[in-house]
Amino acid sequence: MSRLITKHGWTAGLLSILVLLFILTRMIQPEFGASGLDSLSRATLPFAFATAAMAVVVIAGGIDLSVASMMAVAGVTAAVLMDGAGDGMTVVAVIVVLLIGLAMGAINGALIVLTRVPDIVVTLAMLYVWEGVALLILNAPGGAATPWLRQLIVGPFLVPWLPKSFVFLVVCVALIWVPLKRSKLGLSIYAIGSDELAAYRSGVAVGRTRIAAYAVCGLFAALGGLTLTLSTGNGEPIPGPYLMASVSAVVLGGVVLGGGKGAILGPIIAVIILRLVRMDLTLMSVDPNVTTIVEGTIMVVVVMFGGVIAYRGRQK
Amino acid sequence: MTEHEPQTSLLDAQGVSKKFGAVVALRDASLTIQKGQIVALMGANGAGKSTFVKVLTGALRPDTGHVRIKGEERRVGSPAEARRSGLLPVYQEPSLIPDLSVADNLRLADTPVDDFRHWVAELGIEGLRLDDMIGALPLATLRILDLARALAAKPDVLLLDEMTAALPTDLVDKVLRTVRAQADKGQSVIYISHRFAEIAQICDRATVLRDGETVGDLPIAPGVEEQVVELMLGTVLDKAPTRDAATGHGGKGEAHVRVRHLAAGSKLEDVSLDLHRGEVLGVVALEGQGQDELFEALAGMIKPTAGQIAIDDVPVSFSHPADAIAAGLTYVPGDRADGLLMSRSVHENIALPQLARISKWGAIRMKAEADKVAAAIDRLQIDTRAMGEVQRLSGGNQQKVTIGRWIAAGVDTLLLFDPTRGIDVRTKRQIYLLVRELAAQGASVLYYTSELAEVPAACDRAVVIFNGKVVDVIEAADADEPTLMRAAYGLTRAEGEPA
Repeated sequence: MSRLITKHGWTAGLLSILVLLFILTRMIQPEFGASGLDSLSRATLPFAFATAAMAVVVIAGGIDLSVASMMAVAGVTAAVLMDGAGDGMTVVAVIVVLLIGLAMGAINGALIVLTRVPDIVVTLAMLYVWEGVALLILNAPGGAATPWLRQLIVGPFLVPWLPKSFVFLVVCVALIWVPLKRSKLGLSIYAIGSDELAAYRSGVAVGRTRIAAYAVCGLFAALGGLTLTLSTGNGEPIPGPYLMASVSAVVLGGVVLGGGKGAILGPIIAVIILRLVRMDLTLMSVDPNVTTIVEGTIMVVVVMFGGVIAYRGRQK
Repeated sequence: MTEHEPQTSLLDAQGVSKKFGAVVALRDASLTIQKGQIVALMGANGAGKSTFVKVLTGALRPDTGHVRIKGEERRVGSPAEARRSGLLPVYQEPSLIPDLSVADNLRLADTPVDDFRHWVAELGIEGLRLDDMIGALPLATLRILDLARALAAKPDVLLLDEMTAALPTDLVDKVLRTVRAQADKGQSVIYISHRFAEIAQICDRATVLRDGETVGDLPIAPGVEEQVVELMLGTVLDKAPTRDAATGHGGKGEAHVRVRHLAAGSKLEDVSLDLHRGEVLGVVALEGQGQDELFEALAGMIKPTAGQIAIDDVPVSFSHPADAIAAGLTYVPGDRADGLLMSRSVHENIALPQLARISKWGAIRMKAEADKVAAAIDRLQIDTRAMGEVQRLSGGNQQKVTIGRWIAAGVDTLLLFDPTRGIDVRTKRQIYLLVRELAAQGASVLYYTSELAEVPAACDRAVVIFNGKVVDVIEAADADEPTLMRAAYGLTRAEGEPA
């Protein structure tokens, strides 16, 4: 039991911070209720998928700076394909968007593996490439989202306090992450992030695993872009602020930059915390520019704190 | 050499050669192993052992020659394919993933858990839980787990690279007994070790590499150590020492740096030495005998776990490299890039230590420094066309800069770690002369070299370290290669190892 707590201590800590923040929110805004929760959850959705995307590659010991651009490509593709589409076409559109996400991620990964150029450089370049692709598909906000699909992430599910968008998030992440985590591929992703040489010597196909990790990242990014289009109702080719937000959430969520450690639950709780902090600061009518300063400060403090804990652990 | 029937050989490597650019790593290496045999693979530093291992494990493709396992040509491929081909290496650094549990590591390599448990128990590790994180386990345990994982995979040939390094004695014993017992049941093993005693205890044959060539394949019998040493050395050419015999300061007067019973890290156990002013004291050791830790402890980079260091009889303790520098100990690492500003000029690099010293007082006296630097460069005989950026110099010239800067700056004690690795002969001689010149100026130099022939050329005396302990102190006059080699392998001059 004590092992369980140490192993999940970080996540437990995040959960208690989240609960405290909800209580704080109620104190600032007594009328914050089911509808507030619903809009918070819907606004968090694209951020959460961006975070999941980033978490996978960071666990594999990499980073993907093109997450927001891939989301833009997926978002505009969805908006164009769904514009005036019927039921059948909508389903095709979703599948196409997800496949495009996988493909974009796999291309990122393959470029890193084949060219041996550092991931940070490759994905910085790809940030611009995917941004250009998004603008080619749709050079101004436009397109549409199929209404019944939009209803999937609007309103409560069964009980008034449970937003549909949250259920959507949990289901999507669970469908991708749980089987992955249990598979040999998931283990290999952790292995190459932890110690690449040891993984290689243990018989892990390092290159293929890295490409797969980036492909999963692309898949999550595509879900992020899709939900963004669903929540706004049209496609936006200019990438949103998802890159920094996802890196912050991943770090706050207990995934170590450098790889090997962490999971996906922590980062997702962290992303909700960061959105909630932002919302509370807005409710308290704090200057939005101060809000970004607060976010940056949280990130630095968290990384420092994590370093102290790791150091203490080693001392023992 | 013994003749072997190719059909019965489980592993058969013949005529393997490998070049890296102009450097010939392997010329004509061969190795055969039958079922149930343990073959020691031996060779001095730079003999090509590690390249040969890479070819055997399928990580490198040989230029010529072949490697066959059970008659089948060894293909170059991933370690996963190599595992399936029947040859499984256990390396010095455990290949277990630190952030995964033991169970996950087994799953990653498709290791049967029950067999693994059996071997873990057999090898004497108790209280291991499968959900223990690898990163939390001590190194000795990890090496045993790595071996247990390899044994559980039931390979045709097991390759053990310095398996017993960093293991406590009781575990070494268990490992040796288990490996021998497995060989008696038909397991074939390639055993790489510097320890003759272990080889004598468990191996059937020894294959000796020298300059990338297999020069011998001997059955293990009493007295084989001497033969192996001779084979590893080959014909030792008479080299005129560059050292002027009159300058020897060996062991005279009070020690400038006195080290007593120093222990640090997992490898350095008990080293005592005296370094005098004007003396070049050689350090001779095979790879990984604790010499890295000795230098790092003296340079203030790691903290000793036991023992004392005294400078002019004043005990010192370093918690930061700056403390060591303040005490006059200057460390020149083996990797030149660690000590040089690669994109700056030779002038700047030579002036750097003086700038660091002077900056405390504010302004730099440009003229005086420039003269000193110019004089130093003159002495280094560096090709002036490449003076603008140190990175454009050859490795040998870079090394001259790292040492030459201390001639200009003046140095109290210099810790040189393998300064001539990978440098041509002519430049090597210039480096010996620079070192001798520093000593003549009154500096004390501790000089680790992986090339035994350098000891009589550059040093006054040499301490020999084996297994983290000083096993011998040899005067330069007596320090011919065979003597040093025997000492470095822990074979004392007086008694020799019991077979």
